[in-house]
Amino acid sequence: MTVVLGVIFWVCAVAAVVTGVAVFRVDSMARATFALLASFVFAAVPLLLLGLSYLGVLVILMMIMEMVVMVVFMIMYMMNPAGLEPMSMVHNRKGALAIAGGTFVVLATGVLVVEWPQRRAGPPSDVTFALGTALMGSHMLVMLVIGLGLFATIVATVVLAHPRGRYDRFGDDLSRRPADDPIRGGSRR
Amino acid sequence: MVSAVTQAPVWTVLLVPVLLGALGFGGAAFARVLDARADGRGISMAVLAAPLAESGRLLLQQRRAVIASDRLLARTGVVLVPVAAVLAALVVPLGGSTAGDLSVGVVWFNAMEVVVWAALWMAGWGTNSVWGLVGGYRFVVQGLSYELPHMFALITVATGAGSLRVSEIVAAQDGLWFVVWMPVAFAAFLLSALALAFSGPFDTATGGDIAGGVLAEHSGADRLLLLVGRWLLLAAAAAMAVPLFLGGGAGPLLPGWLWTLVKAAAVLAVLVWIRSRTATVRMDRFATFGWMVLIPLTLLQALVVALVVAAEGV
Repeated sequence: MTVVLGVIFWVCAVAAVVTGVAVFRVDSMARATFALLASFVFAAVPLLLLGLSYLGVLVILMMIMEMVVMVVFMIMYMMNPAGLEPMSMVHNRKGALAIAGGTFVVLATGVLVVEWPQRRAGPPSDVTFALGTALMGSHMLVMLVIGLGLFATIVATVVLAHPRGRYDRFGDDLSRRPADDPIRGGSRR
Repeated sequence: MVSAVTQAPVWTVLLVPVLLGALGFGGAAFARVLDARADGRGISMAVLAAPLAESGRLLLQQRRAVIASDRLLARTGVVLVPVAAVLAALVVPLGGSTAGDLSVGVVWFNAMEVVVWAALWMAGWGTNSVWGLVGGYRFVVQGLSYELPHMFALITVATGAGSLRVSEIVAAQDGLWFVVWMPVAFAAFLLSALALAFSGPFDTATGGDIAGGVLAEHSGADRLLLLVGRWLLLAAAAAMAVPLFLGGGAGPLLPGWLWTLVKAAAVLAVLVWIRSRTATVRMDRFATFGWMVLIPLTLLQALVVALVVAAEGV
């Protein structure tokens, strides 16, 4: 069984790196995005191997949704015109190379230098719960409130940044129906 | 009385595509029957076998491709649709046994069904056709409109059962099915089942107004996989409604596995009936409905269930 798990880990590790490299080798934003998605999915499998099934499946779920939304924007902004011309993900070659190399050296040094703890007992029955407790500890409530605050901030920022308010849509006395919208959709039409 | 759901031997995984295929074929044949009745045609064996005949025709049809199409993405997307449906159905218990009793079965079902977002977009983009591209984008908008109510419906069920494991969700419905006290979640689940299978009123991704959308430039085996995948998805969602809301294999007289099949077929029949009886919903309208109506309603449903669970726990 350990051998099988080892094989799965290494296959996924290599595949995650290969698809990660592919992100910068392909000439299409669509391919780059889905190569990145593949890389993330391969990186999620080791979580499943650790018994963190909730986190592993959740990473796969969220990454798919995120990358599908991402591909829309990346094609819109980075490919021209409308994604029908080839493109490259590589920019600022020298600077990027220095940053990537530096990051790799720092992380690799960390892996080798840090004194990793020895396992003293077997894994707990509910690994996900144990991980949550270990990461958050007594700050769980604080983190949840911060999460709500962050979300409210996002919503508030979008509302404030939006150039058209209700007076633009419904008129000065808010009585215009249907609303005057530049594109179809929107509420109360 | 519900018999406890247990993990079946590994080989039963092979049964999942067979049963799902049979259920999906039943749905496709029933849709043809409804179409024939709506057209005033008689119902014959030819009508019932029409999905098979169409499959045979598509298998023999030569595949064509537009110049500079992205075949890798298109093929990946096309194959992923039926594969995702089968993987999603893996956690659906048949009576007292299940092929995959995952501890996070509900999340797994959700993740596999979201694979279709990526798959349809890739299948649409990859053909290098404006119709396919528009269809793919439409499905992303649709996904953003149905997914949150869908997730809230799943979360409501998980809250009611206190578990993400499908077998424990079935066990929690011993006595009172979830459909009775979570009707809003059930309705949202049925709506999103049609939407995730891009069928019925939610078929703008493959709409006639964009020459078939994602399907426009797919022919032969590619087209067959997309169409089969769509029916498998609808069948998988209908089958999943049984353990989530309808008490799994619970029922008098008949054995559990038969009850599961009967209930799944009934849910699928309702979905197919809605599909045949409703006009296509414009995506901007559905986006508004999803965010302004479905999300608040499903959130309220989740709140009610959470309060009931909390009160029981006190």
